Amino acid sequence: MRHLIDPLDFTLEETERLLILADKIAQDPAAYQEVARHKKLATLFYEPSTRTRLSFEAAMLNLGGSVLGFSSADASSAAKGESVADTIRVISCYADIAAMRHPKEGAPLRAAHYSRIPVINAGDGGHQHPTQTLTDLLTIRRRKGRLGGLTIGLCGDLKFGRTVHSLIMSLARCKGIRFVLISPEELRVPDYIITETLRPNGIPYEEIRSLERAMPSLDILYMTRVQRERFFNEEDYIRLKDSYILTAEKMKLAKPDMAVLHPLPRVNEIALNVDSDPRAAYFEQAQNGVYVRMALIMTLLGLEK
Amino acid sequence: MLNIDSIQNGLVIDHIKAGAGMRIYQLAGLDRLDCCVAIIRNARSNKYGHKDIIKIESVIDLDLAVLGYLDPNVTIDVIQNGEIVEKKQLDRPKQLVNIIRCRNPRCITSVEEEIDHIFNLSANGRYRCAYCEEEERHNPEGKKH
Repeated sequence: MRHLIDPLDFTLEETERLLILADKIAQDPAAYQEVARHKKLATLFYEPSTRTRLSFEAAMLNLGGSVLGFSSADASSAAKGESVADTIRVISCYADIAAMRHPKEGAPLRAAHYSRIPVINAGDGGHQHPTQTLTDLLTIRRRKGRLGGLTIGLCGDLKFGRTVHSLIMSLARCKGIRFVLISPEELRVPDYIITETLRPNGIPYEEIRSLERAMPSLDILYMTRVQRERFFNEEDYIRLKDSYILTAEKMKLAKPDMAVLHPLPRVNEIALNVDSDPRAAYFEQAQNGVYVRMALIMTLLGLEK
Repeated sequence: MLNIDSIQNGLVIDHIKAGAGMRIYQLAGLDRLDCCVAIIRNARSNKYGHKDIIKIESVIDLDLAVLGYLDPNVTIDVIQNGEIVEKKQLDRPKQLVNIIRCRNPRCITSVEEEIDHIFNLSANGRYRCAYCEEEERHNPEGKKH
């Protein structure tokens, strides 16, 4: 039985297979509307995350399955002090597959150790969020037709953004990838990403401060938010915040087929006048998130054949 | 030089980094043994200048994972009838189970009962919690985690 706890739990080949299936689903969703009939997805959300929970539920309903679950720890037996290990053993009797969101890092892994059904990590604290990474990969693949041979720009908070770290580690497995890491000094990518992933694999990367300077070379621009609370002093924040806001003006410097991604929700890091640019792919991501979760549920339940 | 009698049957943990003997004594659970245990600190060593040695007058089941984690350079001599019959070299274990504790308050190990504290050896030579992937944090010498 397979689980998805870490974005790297699937090999590159397995990830590619899943993305191909997600792409097929996107092209003909009606062909898949009965494949999970009589199957149940349990959404175990120990903290609220409406967007992710609804995306999982939409995915299961689109496959003809049904959903049950809870959307906050107060509404679950965790409020009575039940352990994750006990909860998943009970849920294994009720459902065929589970998606777990938990504020504590590693909770879905703990659940997987005791589960009799596949467990999907739907976000564990600030640790991993593998279905967001799969969503990002599907969006890149659908826009560019491939994952390899691309120059990927990641911009903003590269230090604390877990989606950034997971995306780098996943794409680092593809041939011909080059990274441009665009951030203020305070929010540089953590050293371990460089020393354990980029350098040992000989992956070319560049760390720069200017988004404008990076724009012309990028095939993909992955935007994240620079948050005020990440800075030690207000002055630095005010000085730097506008440098990492994407505007229609800056988009003029980009390739005509570049794609802009963002894990959403955005606040002000992408100006509203970018939304109408055909290169803006961030709202497609939400749709792709449903397709990739449909493909994941099918794969983990062995329904893809 | 101070003389400690050689043992007839037992184990000698040799080549311990000078000053680390007491930490090994505590973390390897040697303080709970009933047999005679001698800790020799700052013994002269051709290889290291100084070293610590622990002599145990009984052939016990040592937790080699704990020792390998604490100091992979130590050697274990098995003594029978006053002779060394086996010399064991140690490696850093790939996984530590319940040897050190994760101290990340955001980790599931901070709230879940009866959970093993598991650390895996990562590519940079440090140990990371299997659940939250935080690197181990060192405690002051000799203190239990």
